[in-house]
Amino acid sequence: MVEEKHEKYYVPDQSIWPIIGAVALFLIAVGAGNFVIETTRDKSGYGFYTLMAGFALLLIMLTGWFKNQIDESMSGLYSAQLGRSYRQGMVWFIFSEVMFFAAFFGALFYARTISIPWLGGASNNASTNEVLWNGFEATWPLLITPADAITTGEASTKAMPWTGLPLINTAILLASSVTLHYAHVGLEKVKRTQLMVLLGATIVLGCIFVFLQVQEYVHAYVDLGLKLDSGVYGNTFFLLTGFHGMHVTLGTIILMVLFGRCWKGHFTPKDHFAFQAGSWYWHFVDVVWVMLFFFVYIL
Amino acid sequence: MSTETLNDAHDSPDGHDAHHEHHIPKGILRWLFTTNHKDIGTLYLWFAFIMFLIGGAMAMVIRAELFQPGLQIVDPHFFNQMTTVHGLIMVFGAVMPAFTGLANWMIPMMIGAPDMALPRMNNWSFYILPFAFIILLSSLFMDGGGPAFGWTFYAPLSTQYSGDSTALFVFSVHIMGISSIMGAINVVVTILNMRAPGMTYMKMPLFVWTWLITAFLLIAVMPVLAGAVTMVLTDKFFGTSFFDAAGGGDPVMFQHIFWFFGHPEVYIMILPAFGIISAIVPTFSRKRLFGYASMVYATASIALLSFIVWAHHMFTTGMPVAAEMFFMFATMLISVPTGVKVFNWVATMWRGSLTFEVPMMFAIAFIVLFTIGGLSGLMLAIIPADFQYHDTYFVVAHFHYVLVTGALFSIMAAVYYWLPKWTGKMFDITLAKWHFWCSLISVNVLFFPMHFVGLAGMPRRIPDYALQFADFNKWISIGGFAFGLSQLIFLALIIKACRKIGEPVSDQVWEGAEGLEWEIPSPAPYHTFSTPPLIK
Repeated sequence: MVEEKHEKYYVPDQSIWPIIGAVALFLIAVGAGNFVIETTRDKSGYGFYTLMAGFALLLIMLTGWFKNQIDESMSGLYSAQLGRSYRQGMVWFIFSEVMFFAAFFGALFYARTISIPWLGGASNNASTNEVLWNGFEATWPLLITPADAITTGEASTKAMPWTGLPLINTAILLASSVTLHYAHVGLEKVKRTQLMVLLGATIVLGCIFVFLQVQEYVHAYVDLGLKLDSGVYGNTFFLLTGFHGMHVTLGTIILMVLFGRCWKGHFTPKDHFAFQAGSWYWHFVDVVWVMLFFFVYIL
Repeated sequence: MSTETLNDAHDSPDGHDAHHEHHIPKGILRWLFTTNHKDIGTLYLWFAFIMFLIGGAMAMVIRAELFQPGLQIVDPHFFNQMTTVHGLIMVFGAVMPAFTGLANWMIPMMIGAPDMALPRMNNWSFYILPFAFIILLSSLFMDGGGPAFGWTFYAPLSTQYSGDSTALFVFSVHIMGISSIMGAINVVVTILNMRAPGMTYMKMPLFVWTWLITAFLLIAVMPVLAGAVTMVLTDKFFGTSFFDAAGGGDPVMFQHIFWFFGHPEVYIMILPAFGIISAIVPTFSRKRLFGYASMVYATASIALLSFIVWAHHMFTTGMPVAAEMFFMFATMLISVPTGVKVFNWVATMWRGSLTFEVPMMFAIAFIVLFTIGGLSGLMLAIIPADFQYHDTYFVVAHFHYVLVTGALFSIMAAVYYWLPKWTGKMFDITLAKWHFWCSLISVNVLFFPMHFVGLAGMPRRIPDYALQFADFNKWISIGGFAFGLSQLIFLALIIKACRKIGEPVSDQVWEGAEGLEWEIPSPAPYHTFSTPPLIK
């Protein structure tokens, strides 16, 4: 493979898309910041519209950029070396996502093993408990927060069980990883029906997962009284599952795009970086869920 | 070079060909749409310089207020905004983009690659950065002012005692993080995948090695910062209590999450500096770098250790003694690989044919002054001593020695070292020497007395102070103004260099310089190594 080493590396010409993407992110950040201020402080303003304009522009940018990318790829400009660059880039991106979730898992572990026991008087914190949070007992799930303990003394929320919806959702997401894997096998072995059916099934499973997750949130808010602001139990529950849910949604959209590209026959058994990246992303989201199911629901 | 068969018909055979130059687009659109690593490197460097001047102006406001005891010029809330935004700008707007700019310019040229691995993403990761700082700076003009909780935005200052502009601060930090992560992914992939044939890992220049490890640190910890600001946002606006004991959280948890990012972050700002010094010292000593392999391993050890020392920023928060001891010893362990580096630089100079061109002057100043900063860091690592030093000007002195005379001096050294390669002309050496000596003297007048006022108990981030600190603070402020003015010499020199005024230089530029970047023409052509060179 000596020739492959010396393939010409494709360096793209000037591109309009990155600067458009930069403006889009700018609008999203300004919009999101102002929207947060306006909704929580009952002010009027243009935050929401700016945010939506930013997302619209981002969508235009992504469409244009990916169209460029697909055209270049289809016209054979890419080398094996460039393919490696893309794969490595995707792996490092997923690693950065892992670290993002790690921050929230870290908050969960810290709250459970350090801050709550200490507020309950563990280690050398007896007087903290006695003086500041008298009557607070360290438990997990934290249903009676320190603030509850010194005011009403009653739980403001119930715990979310791991049986029922979360268990069903675990099965759905695990199954979707299996279907996606065999869809990938179908792509590599040129079995088109297997590819399309299983990829379609993965998308359906992803949609069902998101739908059930929304049901679970409704159940949490309406029946259990478990809310985003229900102390650190509710905080970690909603931020971890919420960010995971956003990733599943994004993953499902990616898979839909891939479905369209498979339909058009963009991929060859050997060269299908986009499919590979989308599939890695999906498996990553699945692994995060398994961690979530274990640490947020069961333990 | 066996490059005959490797080229497209429409492209010239190698980077030496001047015909390439007609590809350079003209006007502002060249800069907006560019995918060229040299253009993007230039953009990063100019952006960093502008931010350095803006952040510096804020430092001048701080020093003007502290020139005398009492409140004279600004009100305390504005003073707090100045210390906060000065820190944020210098860390995320000046030092990090300057290193990224140098990486963009130099890494492809050092490893024989045609460009960065992902050129369009490269443009994107640059252009979101100015937008992030537009948001941050404009938040200063909002009702209630901008961020005023220190660059470390500790809870509950940022969650309960901050203005509503905190939301904009949070999203601007998100954008800075996205920019850093994309830039770092680009660097890692470029280094792992784009090296010319024969450029094995242990042949890579140390600047490339240190940046590889820096980029790994960036990808690992910038997302954690994103998590931290997200929790601040929800605590402040959506009623969560991550950092509030009433809901079962803990303000100290903020510090753990923040410093899990923050400590690797300080190495992100110094490892590329080590790479720069390791390039400059051998050139002007006319010797090979002493202990190349040990430099690589030392860099990797520093990076790994950086993940297990974060709580040394938090000795006074009341952690269990066992935890304090662990973080103290882990921190002191870092002085071993760092000492290896200082030893290697000195050993490289030992019996070398030394000459003292401007980059070398900055490099030697770096070695001496960074070591002072390192030693005061060692003092801060000692728990009982830190109880006294914590949150005093001693800490301010420490991190300005490692960041200004460390990171910043290395950036200046790098600019003087590679500027002739970029422009093809020698910079104005007289101005450069003025810049060096004025900076060197004033920076020590500025930061050295901070050790004394700190040890005597002057707290940081306070606009007023007790009378006994008045004399020292007067001198510190004078040093500060002088250091600020000295940078205008640098600005003049850079503008002159960009207008390509000066003597033409050879390809090698410096007599003792070795490496691929010195084998291509000066100025470096717009496209280099369209086909990879063969490394023997």
